[in-house]
Amino acid sequence: MTAAFRGPRPGRLLSGGVPLLLILLFVFLSVAGPSIWGEAASASNVAEANQSISAAHWMGTDDLGRDILARTLVATRNSLVLAVVATIVGGCVGIGLGLLSAMSRRLGRALGALINVLIAFPALLLAIFFAVLFGIGSVGSVLAVGASFAPGFARITQTLTASVVSKEYVEASRVLGRGPIYRTFRHILPNIAEPVVLYSTIHIGTAVLALSGLSFLGLGVQPPVYDWGRLLNDGLTRIYVTPGVAIAPSIAIVLAGLTFNLAGERLSDLIAGRRSAPSARRSQPRPAEPAPDPAGDGGGALVDVRHLRVTYASADGRVTTPVRDVSFTLAPKERVGIVGESGSGKSLTAAAIAQLIEEPGHVEAERLRFMDADLLTPDDSTRHVLGRNMAMVFQDPGEALNPAIKIGTHLIEPAVIHLRESKPDAKRKALDALRAVAITDPARRFEQHRHELSGGMKQRVGIAIGLMGEARLLIADEPTTALDVTVQRQILRLVDRLGARTEAGLLFISHDIAVVSELCDRIIVMYAGFIVEEAATADLLESPAHPYTSVLLAASPRMGLDKSRPLVAIDGRMPGPDADLPGCYFAARCPRADATCLSDRPPLRELADGRRAACWHPLTEPGDVPTSEGATI
Amino acid sequence: MAALSVGDLMVRYGSVTAVRGVSFDVAAGSVLGLVGESGSGKSTVARALVGLTPATGSMRIDGADLSSRQARRRVQLVFQDSRSSLDPRYTVEQCVAEGLTGVRGRAASARVAELLDLVSLDPAVAGSRPGDLSGGQRQRVAIARALAARPDVVIADEVTASLDVSVQAVVLNLLRRLRAELGLTMIFISHNLAVVEYMCDDLAVMFDGRIVEYGAVGEVIGRPEHPYTRSLLAAVPEIGQRRLLSESDVEASAVTDPASAGGCAYRLRCPIGPAANPEREICVTTEPAATAAHAHHAACHFARELDHPVGPRG
Ligand SMILES: Nc1ncnc2c1ncn2[C@@H]1O[C@H](COP(=O)(O)OP(=O)(O)O)[C@@H](O)[C@H]1O
Ligand code: SF4
Ligand code: SF4
Ligand SMILES: [Mg+2]
Repeated sequence: MTAAFRGPRPGRLLSGGVPLLLILLFVFLSVAGPSIWGEAASASNVAEANQSISAAHWMGTDDLGRDILARTLVATRNSLVLAVVATIVGGCVGIGLGLLSAMSRRLGRALGALINVLIAFPALLLAIFFAVLFGIGSVGSVLAVGASFAPGFARITQTLTASVVSKEYVEASRVLGRGPIYRTFRHILPNIAEPVVLYSTIHIGTAVLALSGLSFLGLGVQPPVYDWGRLLNDGLTRIYVTPGVAIAPSIAIVLAGLTFNLAGERLSDLIAGRRSAPSARRSQPRPAEPAPDPAGDGGGALVDVRHLRVTYASADGRVTTPVRDVSFTLAPKERVGIVGESGSGKSLTAAAIAQLIEEPGHVEAERLRFMDADLLTPDDSTRHVLGRNMAMVFQDPGEALNPAIKIGTHLIEPAVIHLRESKPDAKRKALDALRAVAITDPARRFEQHRHELSGGMKQRVGIAIGLMGEARLLIADEPTTALDVTVQRQILRLVDRLGARTEAGLLFISHDIAVVSELCDRIIVMYAGFIVEEAATADLLESPAHPYTSVLLAASPRMGLDKSRPLVAIDGRMPGPDADLPGCYFAARCPRADATCLSDRPPLRELADGRRAACWHPLTEPGDVPTSEGATI
Repeated sequence: MAALSVGDLMVRYGSVTAVRGVSFDVAAGSVLGLVGESGSGKSTVARALVGLTPATGSMRIDGADLSSRQARRRVQLVFQDSRSSLDPRYTVEQCVAEGLTGVRGRAASARVAELLDLVSLDPAVAGSRPGDLSGGQRQRVAIARALAARPDVVIADEVTASLDVSVQAVVLNLLRRLRAELGLTMIFISHNLAVVEYMCDDLAVMFDGRIVEYGAVGEVIGRPEHPYTRSLLAAVPEIGQRRLLSESDVEASAVTDPASAGGCAYRLRCPIGPAANPEREICVTTEPAATAAHAHHAACHFARELDHPVGPRG
């Protein structure tokens, strides 16, 4: 399960340095072209008129004997400047319209409809229409191309703005009394700038093509001024006689178009790359200090995990370790809770047991067993054991349900596939399961899809699916976190009742120690990818041994708090999965930390009373809890 | 210190009525808690008060109407998620300075430093970007920004919901200190009843866009009158109490949609309503009104029958 090596993408080179060089070349030609080749381009010499490609005139001459190559080079300035101006005109008009339509309640709908209509026409068609409208000549054609770009700019601005406007920082700005113009310049434009700049860069290329097209049709630049399109127009009649006269401007047009397109894409790659850029230094994985094995040899356990470690390798070779060292067992019928703050590795621990870690994730362990199955060397029979005996309920109940598949199909699938039951039998069982989770009108729900159910109902369906496979273990990962307390209570009661009925084991994960303590016999506390404490629920609540557990308990608000005192608080943040510390990962926030804690990792040790904690200075006396003052760092 | 008074507030989103005639007063310097399930209209009340959502009804601060932009600045909202309420492009100093008016340059920096100090943030974070801070630090930046507008009323909408418990307490302690030091009037919205009890003086329980129970926080939690409040209290998980699995105040059904208009919106779930006692037809036919005659009141036809103490400590 190692990350696949990624070589350089084909075409990287093309989209990398080459467009940049070409842009520099075009800029140089625009600036210096007329002064270098201006004379050659305008010197008419009738004697040399209509010549073909030769050593003196690489691309031949026109009907007045002027050098085509020189004229093409000189025309770069006109072609590109007009293209840039046209893009700016289109951009300003379009961005303005887009902003207005996304921000104004009154104008929004009408402008949106207008943009929709305009965007349906091909840009070139619009450009020709506007060119006729604005009149023939450079000004007219620039305005025309600009106008034809405006709907596209308006649309992208409108879409981007709509997503930024509803951001809370924009709303906060409104609440602070800031007006729409301030908000536009302060929050909206900076946050939509990147994609709009990209879009503009690509459109310079398109503008070169469009303006050349107009000039070619005689609608654009008028003689004696000339751009590439004009040159092409002049040369086209002689294309079979002296091909250079048509080829030179054609190459210029195509090259400019390609260059700006590629540059736009390259820019967008760069920006995307910067977004995903590493925010922390490279960290080398180091072998974790082996913790002693949990009591017993794990024989007969439902779940047996020894020294589980989950790493993620990113494409650039960095390794993060969200689960650093986890060892525990879960006996049949036992209810074990895992608590810890977000990012402590709870969910990934469960995912590793359920074989849900996917590339580029990597699972290592000394032992990872579920019933008889060795999860470190999974085969078809392992999958069968998992499918039949393990059920999972997730925080987002919708996630587990495929929106395109009926609720009923989700329910009967495990029974049909893993238990090889007939469909009618499975359906009968499914309706029973829905009734068991207190879903009213199960026959109707059976035919419905996920979007027709409320959050609590989806969660109930998830549990009903768990019931179908005769599961020996139910893994519930924050199943009630997104729900209201009254619904949470119903779900917890359901899990409790079903657990009692089916005698399945339970691995219940939550950030809320109060919820876990309602259901579980034993509680595992995780911090920064380690198990820091494990004990029977009552012992853990009464006399936490690890300082983190004690802070967690003390800081959890409960009814009837003394309002005259501040809450027990502990500031700071848990080290992330990219941290690599030699000592205790809680040391930076721990009121009991000393030099040893910083230099040596405390192993998960068996304490006298049969519980385990990973701490050099466990709180031994039940009353030995950090005080409010003591713990506030 | 300023008093806030809201009368018959009504908010519609298209065909959905999110808030249906909500009235309450918050005494100067006191804290009103708003609880209720998601979708009950708590955030909508907050957004209407700060002018983010068009609403009808009266909103007054010390008797003055809240409709002008200047008056609005006296009410500030702190959002739930500081990750999205701070523009990631700006430094902490720039974020906080957005709340200031009439000061620039050195004076503005000095004021920002003062505000950061007020929310117990190291002035060294002024140059960092929100993405580099922890959740608790970010939320304190958001609070500092709100305070920069020198508000009289601060609305905190689930400000600790996306923080881990150990850090939640830091923010709650800070809000309590600020309220005392600056004499702020507050509306504190949360789904965590223990936190609400600790933070608030008065409590309003919302259901389906209405306030169904209102009173001093100790009264409402100690002697809840509305069946919904009782179910809510019975559902609060408490460390080591094993109360959630008990039989008290279990709702009659698991439907989450409120009942159709006409009677009591809670009647499909109410443990003492028509779902449990079919003879209580009045709940189906007549919408219960709160009797504002008592300081502590509930909108339920049978509220007064529930005077035995329940709830977590009962
Ligand atoms: N922008 C919106 N458009 C339409 N309906 C909305 C919008 N915001 C909220 N609502 C609806 O208004 C009701 C109240 O929502 P809200 O005030 O967010 O409740 P709470 O904060 O109590 O969870 C809900 O039914 C919700 O779906
Ligand atoms: S090992 Fe040291 S730093 Fe870590 S929790 Fe124990 S006392 Fe605190
Ligand atoms: S009015 Fe009836 S249905 Fe509504 S809360 Fe009271 S008893 Fe329950
Ligand atoms: Mg809300």
